[in-house]
Formats: sequence, structure tokens, C-alpha cells
Amino acid sequence: MEKDRREQGSRRDFLRSAFAAGITAATVVIPIDHVQAAPRKRSDADNARPLAFFRAEEAAFVSAAVDRFIPPDEEWPGAVDAGVVDYIDQQMAGKWGSAGYMYWHGPFKEGTPSQGYQLPFTPAELFRRSIAAINERLSAQGAPFHRLSPDEQDKYLEMLLANGATLNGVPSKVFADFLLQHTVEGFFADPIYGGNKDMVGWRMLGFPGPYADYYELIDKHGIKLDREPVSIASSAHHHGM
Amino acid sequence: MAQKLKSVDVVVVGVGFMGAIMAKELATEGLTVVGLERGKKRWTVPEFQAPDIHDELKYSIRKGMMQDVTREAMTHRNNLNQEALPIRQWQAFLPGSDLGGSGVHWNGQTFRFTEADFVWRTRMHDRYGKDFVDPNLTIRDWGITYDELEPHFDRFEHLLGTGGKAGNLNGKIQPGGNPFESWRSREYPNPPMKEQYGGVLFRKAAEEMGYHPFVQPSSNMTRPYTNPEGLQLNACNYCGYCERYACEHFAKATPQTVILPVLLKNPHFELRTEAQVLRVNLDRNKNRTTGVTYADASGREYEQPADLVIITTYALNNVRMMLLSGIGKPYDAHTGKGVIGRNYAYQTTGDVFVFYDETVNINPFMAAGASGTLIDDFNDDNFDHGPHGFIGGSYIMSALTNGRPIEFHPTPPGTPEWGKEWKAAIHRHYNHTAHMLIHGSSMPTRTNYLDLDPTYKDAWGLPLLRMTFELPDNDVKMTQFCVDRAVEIGKRMGAKTVAGYARKHPFTTQKYQTTHNTGGVIMGSDPNTSALNRYLQSWDAHNVFVVGASAYPQNPGYNPTDTLGALAYWSVDAIKKQYLKHPGPMVSA
Repeated sequence: MEKDRREQGSRRDFLRSAFAAGITAATVVIPIDHVQAAPRKRSDADNARPLAFFRAEEAAFVSAAVDRFIPPDEEWPGAVDAGVVDYIDQQMAGKWGSAGYMYWHGPFKEGTPSQGYQLPFTPAELFRRSIAAINERLSAQGAPFHRLSPDEQDKYLEMLLANGATLNGVPSKVFADFLLQHTVEGFFADPIYGGNKDMVGWRMLGFPGPYADYYELIDKHGIKLDREPVSIASSAHHHGM
Repeated sequence: MAQKLKSVDVVVVGVGFMGAIMAKELATEGLTVVGLERGKKRWTVPEFQAPDIHDELKYSIRKGMMQDVTREAMTHRNNLNQEALPIRQWQAFLPGSDLGGSGVHWNGQTFRFTEADFVWRTRMHDRYGKDFVDPNLTIRDWGITYDELEPHFDRFEHLLGTGGKAGNLNGKIQPGGNPFESWRSREYPNPPMKEQYGGVLFRKAAEEMGYHPFVQPSSNMTRPYTNPEGLQLNACNYCGYCERYACEHFAKATPQTVILPVLLKNPHFELRTEAQVLRVNLDRNKNRTTGVTYADASGREYEQPADLVIITTYALNNVRMMLLSGIGKPYDAHTGKGVIGRNYAYQTTGDVFVFYDETVNINPFMAAGASGTLIDDFNDDNFDHGPHGFIGGSYIMSALTNGRPIEFHPTPPGTPEWGKEWKAAIHRHYNHTAHMLIHGSSMPTRTNYLDLDPTYKDAWGLPLLRMTFELPDNDVKMTQFCVDRAVEIGKRMGAKTVAGYARKHPFTTQKYQTTHNTGGVIMGSDPNTSALNRYLQSWDAHNVFVVGASAYPQNPGYNPTDTLGALAYWSVDAIKKQYLKHPGPMVSA
């Protein structure tokens, strides 16, 4: 993978520039051994981590759906292996899930798309209601979502995104857009939030992560930067050692 | 019952960029000044430090630096016939909060408005005739000229340490700068920023087409700089975390880096944080203020008497503070009468993406907030609008402020929005896509305005601000024209695919455009159509000054902060030289 393409020279350059960034700020000196990236291997313990919010049947739907949004391929993992389910689970269990970042006073009324989210359901409630409706309907038809074929799953997601159903009071497009947005967030947010495991989202794009100092590189136009990304999580990992 | 405090000379409501400037100048005169800031204290160290400050989810997606929407939101509707509903999470624009205000999370893009902008109505009528301008547009002159403001622009840019190349030095056009800018009395304090790869590709194409590319003026430092207040800043390292973030390197001009440390050392100044001003109080005759009433973090109320109240709470909040306080007649969109809330304007933006093959590494993450190469040929009144049927314009700038992947993963038109093909496309195009920002003017109309919402309240039980706003047809035409010009440039940049996106009806609160909300407490020379005189002094209460982009009668196609800083210095200069000697209206109504 990316590791094999890494080139020693550019890695040394990066470490040097990261160190320079530290002394530029005068107050922030980042010891070199704290900025070394340590790709974390997924372990069985990760896979067995209990979920904080989702119930098993909910997690089964979410896992299957996010892996259609970002499916695994020969080179790069899909959403599930990148930890997107863990990410969404933690978001729903926390302040975001309980609408802790939203203006949350009524009256709640139906608005226009330009006015944005107006449903009286917190994000966690929105997930729970919508998934319950989906699971109920599909099971009644014979097979839950995660037992459908990939093509059938895609068609079902397309129907949801086209607002083809109402899910316990939730227009299916609202829920499906929301799920897609969270999938993208989980794939690309810093690994401290449980997704983007081993920074796979960043490696796939070639994003070098939040440790960044390009004073010497920005006008080396068109260069290819092949270096290991560094995340807040890997930094914290080092600080914790 | 509010506890009454000892009277002071001046209360400044909101300690951001403008509040800090006004407070510092007046405290230096020896006046006792209290700054009331609703948010918390925060500084480069420890609050803004890496790596935590580079957290895209926290700051870009969850809006970690912005006005606490759980306590103070606002409502929006697209027209008078709709019911306004709360914007439950900030998206289209991002008002800041806490010490330093939006000046902490800005990008540092530092443009002066032009000579034409300040006499816009006169200029449009003189050049194109009265019938040319859409009669629905309520454009106005500002009551001030560029020449009067020039020394104050100069002062503000030196405070900020702006980097750029002059295009017009005392009337002489300079190579390398913007030939369309209005005259400046001296060079920028610092040289221009380094250019991104996309900027260089854009520059070549634009030059071949006969346009006039230049490097964007920036208040991200281009070298170590000590400003006239004696504060030291470092050179920007192009980390790609600027807008929506605070700078950990002391490299972006913010209140924290260019003025607050000096202000806080002044013995005549006192900062009170977590002080939520509920209203500006008026005397019995309603023509002067007696001070303000505010609540502390625990909800206890205080009355702070003052001889002079300066409102610097960001454009939108300035309008709300005037309405909550009953200063000036609220604007009525049905009759066109009243002043507070009128001429609300915004910024009309568009995007063009230039998709290269995989040999061209754009490196979008190597970026500063204000890095960019642009042309001003289709902005402002820099070209003949006669054949085009609209007024105003846009700059067209090759710029990527970041490569943060939740927000930035461009795909060419026709790509599905998810699935295998989408995944392959974002992988393919992430590092091989240049971007042009089309940053355009916004003209006021009779029906775009701000007032108090009849239904929704904030955490203190006070009405939220209600925005009634739709893109004027004039501006939709303008942005399409400018996007078309940018697409032509993109095609010349040697890319495989160029995709342009002009802003269209309806205006949405759900997609980020800019945090350049303007108007609502506008300046002018007629008290019937403006809230403030040319010194930013309220026509209705002479000891109230309102400093913010709320003063702009319309919004040109340039970023608003530089002009705002110039207006603040202009206003406080008039307070020091005239008002303090003879308190009263500085312009007779």
C-alpha cells in the first residue's frame, strides 16, 4: 500500500519541516519522535468493540448501507473496515446525536429545503426511527437490508435518496442524505473519532493529515508529496507513551 | 432587578476586531472603557495550539468556533410570504464568537473597496443611466469618499501586516499589482504571498487572454513582522487550516495577534467576558443612551451606565442589538419606510473546478487562507456593463484554501454521489483539481431585510433575528456572466474538464457561501434611508456608534474586512477629534 511507495528522503524532509514549524511558533516545540506516524493495525479487539448506541439489527443495516456508499475495492478498504460504523455510533451516542450542536427550540414546522433540517427528531432519534421502519418493511418483504444482494441494496438506497418512502415520519431522503454525510465524515475525519482507521481515507486521497508546514514546498509546483500522514490520533498516541 | 454598576465613559459591546480597535483608541485618550464580550477568553496559547486545532470535524463540520447556535440562532425565509424557520446549524455563513470574534477564524483576504463603491448609486446612474439599474435595487451612496478613507485603510493594513503588491501608487499604475484598484499612498507593509500551483497555471492562461492577474492581498504574514502596536507576527507556513480555524503560529492577523495584548495592558480598559448584552438603554427622550444592560454567565443582570456606547457585535448582531434596544425605526418591507434592517446584502459566489490528468499535482493542502491569484477585470465597475444588463461583478481567483478531505473531494460532472465509481473518482481527482472562486457583489432590494422574529427566541428569551433574503435577479445574472468568463479561463489552463457552478435561485441557508453579511444599519447622508451618518453615529441616539459591515449600503465583490477596519479608524478619529469635544450629532439631520 502507501507505505511501500514512501520515499525516505521526503519523510526526512517532512520531519525537518515539522520541527521547524515547532520553533517558528516559539512556544510549541514538537519533539521529533512525537511526529512519527505509527499506522495502527486493526485488531480483533477493535472489531469486537461493543457499540454505544446501535443495537445489533441497527448496526447490521448501517454496516451494509455504508459499505455500499463506500465499498471496499482491490486497493482500498470500504467504509466498514475504515471504522465508519464506530464513528457514527460514537456520534449518535454523544452530544451531536442528542442535538447538542443545534438550535433546539420549537415550534418545529415543516420548512423548505433552503431552510434546512426542521424535524423534531434529534440525529439519534432520526437514525433509530428511520432504521426501524426500513428493517420492519424489508423483513416483512422477506429479507432485511443486509441480506439483499449488492445490486438490490444499491437500488434500495437510490429509492431512499430519491425520497421514495416515509420512515416513521422521516422523509427517506432526509435520512439517506444524513447517513451519506456521516459516512463521508467517518471515512475522512481524524481517527480520534473512531473512523478513518489507519488513516485509510487520507492515504487513499493523498492527504498528508493535520501536521502541516509547506513553507518550503508550496512553490515547488507540481511535486508529488509521498509521505506518511500524521493524525491528531497518532500524535496523541505518541504523547501517551 | 439589574445591579447598577459604577458609570464609565465608554462601553464597547463585543470585543472582536472592531471592538478592540475602538476600545484601544479611546482608552489611549484616557477614557475609561469597558469591553463586554459575550464569549470566553481565548489565546494563541493554549487554546489555538496544534494538533488539536487542526480538527476538521470539530471546527469545519461542527462549527467549533462559531456563535453558539444552541443559544443564539436566527431565522430565515426566502420571501415575505413564507414563514421564517430557525437555521438550526450554521452552514451558509458562520458568525464567530468569543474573544476576537470572527477576526479569529477569518482567512485574511484584504481588499479595499474602490472609489466607485462609495458613490455606487451616483456612479451607476451617471455611467449607465437611471433606467439601466433594476428599479427593485435600493443601491445608495455611502456619504463618504474613498479619498477620505485612504489614510485609514493604510493604517489598518499596517496594523494587520498585509502582504501584497500595489497596483496604483498615488495614481501611477504599478506592474505586478491590481491595475483596477483605487490609489494607495504607499506600498503594502509586506510582500505578496507565494503562489500555489493552480495560481501559476491560472496566471499564464489569464495573461494570454489579456487579463491582469495578481496575487491576492493577504493578512497571513509573508515574513516576520512587527506592527505599529509593537506586536510580532511570524511568517505563515501554508498549513491549510485558516478559515474556520485559529492560527497556532501567530501568522494570521487577528485581534489576538495585532491588538488585544496592547489593549489589555491599558489601565483605562477593562475586559469582561461572558457578558451577554441584552439591550442598549435609552433615556426618557429616546435620543441618547445611558448605558447597557447585560447578563453574566450565571444569568445575573447588571446595568452598566456609560456616556458612549459602541456596538461592534458583527453585522447581523448589530442589527439585532439596535432592534432589541429600540434605536432607530425598524424597516418595513411593505412600505419601504424605516431604517433598521434595510439594505441587507450578502456575497454572490460561484465555483469553477478545473480537472487535470494525473500528471498535474495541485497539492490543495499546501495553502494559506488568503493565498490566491486572481483577476479583477470583471469586478466592480472595472468593465462596461452596458451590454450585459446587470450591475456589479466578481473577482475570479484561482485559490484553494485547503485540502481538508471531508469538505474537499471534488468530482467531475456526471460522477455518481456515492459507490464504487464515486470512490474511484475522488481518489483520481483529489490531487489533480484546481479551483476558481467567483466572489461577487450583492445588491440590496426592497424585500431583502432583517427584523425580529415573531416566534423564535434565544436563551435569554429575546427574539431571534429574522432574515428575509433571496438572490436578486441582477446578481444571478452577474454571477452567471462571471462564471462563464472563469470557465473560459479554465479551458485555457490545459485541463481535461472544466465545470462551472453559478449561484441560482433559491438562496439556501444550507450551503456555505461566505460569512460576508452586510447592511441593516447602513450609513448615508439621509436619515430617512440610513441609520448612521458618515461617522457611523446613530442619527437617533448621538452617543451610539455602530461599527460593522452592517454599515454597508450594498456589498461590492471584495471581501469586507479591510474596508471595515478603515471605517473603524475613520469613525474613532472623528470621535476623538470632534465628538469628545462637542458631544452631539456630528452631522445635522
